[in-house]
Amino acid sequence: MTKKANVFYFIPYTFWLLLFVAAPLILIVYQSFFNVDGQFTLGNYQTYFQSGTYLRMTLNSFWYAFLITIFTLFISYPTAYLLSKTKHKQLWLLLIILPTWINLLLKAYAFIGIFSANGTVNDFLSFVGIGRQQILFTDLSFLVVATYIQIPFMILPIFNALEEMNPSFIRASRDLGANSFETFKRVVFPLTLNGVKSGVQAVFIPSLSLFMLTRLIGGNRVITLGTAIEQHFLVTQNWGMGSTIGVVLIIAMILIMLFTGEKKKKGAVRK
Amino acid sequence: MKNKRFKWSNLYLIAVFVVLYSPIAFLIFYSFNDGGTMNSFTGFTLDNYIAVFEDTRLIGIVLDTLLIALLSSLLATIIGTFGAIGIYFLKKRKTRNAVLSFNNILLVSPDVIIGASFLILFTFIGFRLGFISVLLSHVAFSIPIVVLMILPKLQEMNDTMLKAARDLGANTWQVMGKIVLPSIAPGILAGYFMAFTYSLDDFAVTFFVTGNGFTTLAVEIYSRARQGVSLEINALSALLFIFALILVIGYYFIQQHNMTKKQKNKKQQHAEAVGMR
Repeated sequence: MTKKANVFYFIPYTFWLLLFVAAPLILIVYQSFFNVDGQFTLGNYQTYFQSGTYLRMTLNSFWYAFLITIFTLFISYPTAYLLSKTKHKQLWLLLIILPTWINLLLKAYAFIGIFSANGTVNDFLSFVGIGRQQILFTDLSFLVVATYIQIPFMILPIFNALEEMNPSFIRASRDLGANSFETFKRVVFPLTLNGVKSGVQAVFIPSLSLFMLTRLIGGNRVITLGTAIEQHFLVTQNWGMGSTIGVVLIIAMILIMLFTGEKKKKGAVRK
Repeated sequence: MKNKRFKWSNLYLIAVFVVLYSPIAFLIFYSFNDGGTMNSFTGFTLDNYIAVFEDTRLIGIVLDTLLIALLSSLLATIIGTFGAIGIYFLKKRKTRNAVLSFNNILLVSPDVIIGASFLILFTFIGFRLGFISVLLSHVAFSIPIVVLMILPKLQEMNDTMLKAARDLGANTWQVMGKIVLPSIAPGILAGYFMAFTYSLDDFAVTFFVTGNGFTTLAVEIYSRARQGVSLEINALSALLFIFALILVIGYYFIQQHNMTKKQKNKKQQHAEAVGMR
């Protein structure tokens, strides 16, 4: 009796899985074997792996994503740690999350004003005597804005990991004579490593594909994998090459998931 | 000494909050500027707000964006709820895990990949880009989040209640309506809410599947921001900030409600355990 009903209401969901998860994945791989004229070819992959430009771009893209991840981690870990020690932490956490509900493009747009030639930062720089600098459309501005945008996504999983931690471990470590630093190094950090991992996951992969920031803030100087895909799909209409880069990005994503995955825990949660 | 350290840590937190909020404050501050730039504040005006309300095209885009968000989150919630219940009742663990991994693919994929692959999909089946393609895409990427919001509630549900209901002669629909749906209602609500905000916030996927005739707010902001500064966007962002604030407060109350229920349950279980002894 229930079985029949199960099948019935499972239909739209299964349909969605097939049409919007499986099919697009298959299609992007399929498309990557076609050139601009619609002929089957392995040329896209050949171009990708033989041209220095694409490889350099990929490497660059990874390097920037790596930097963004490191910066966010260094800012977010202490924030999450201190946050977990405050009174009314749920409220503070909510205030950390609130900026993520403002559209990303509006925040990027704000930085156009802040970093522009006559903007606030430059006013400050000329006030302290350094003089006006070109800030907008540099690699640095891209890094700053990307880091700014990703901070809440790093704080959240680390905060959750800190919350889940059993406080008696810290007391035990103190009782056993460890100082604050040792307690942190041997107890707190290892226990929150899963939070750090999911934070890295949540920051690194999107950082590879922030094409709107590279356009608005980076002034097309920084080209990430995301920028290249957008360019190929919407500007040059070379879908084959775009899909090839997409496949590379998907593989990169899978590798990152494997490295930062927490298999043991997942099994424990879903019994 | 302890006191001093406490102050330092507060200073750090305050600094982070200042950094997080300063761009938003900056936008809102300059929305009242009558100088037309974000560089120097020349005088207070509400002209930019008036301009937003007089810009019928912009208002239309806002309404379209809201319509897409409302519709897509509603559809995603319906499909996702059935999906989550279906996953919960899957007997084989392996199948369940496989379906769940499939479910999560869209959550972890970069937006660019989702956008590009949906674009290929729509052109492949010969679908015209526009309102419907954007709506379908938003439904598609909202479903997994709905499923993930509902599944924990299903797992919290008491299995024996289902058995008891069946023993007492309830049919499938009665079991659904009287037991399953009420116990997962908070998850459904939270899922709808998250889907709604996902849809409002999305830029990258929409950018790929809009085509020429149709835009959402994020896409419109992108094209305007590329042309340079226009304080109309600032005024709009101030309005959106207030809207987001209201949404967040709403979300906070949903969360709080969920929490108290959980706590209540825990308390009750504890009381029962004590009583049994």
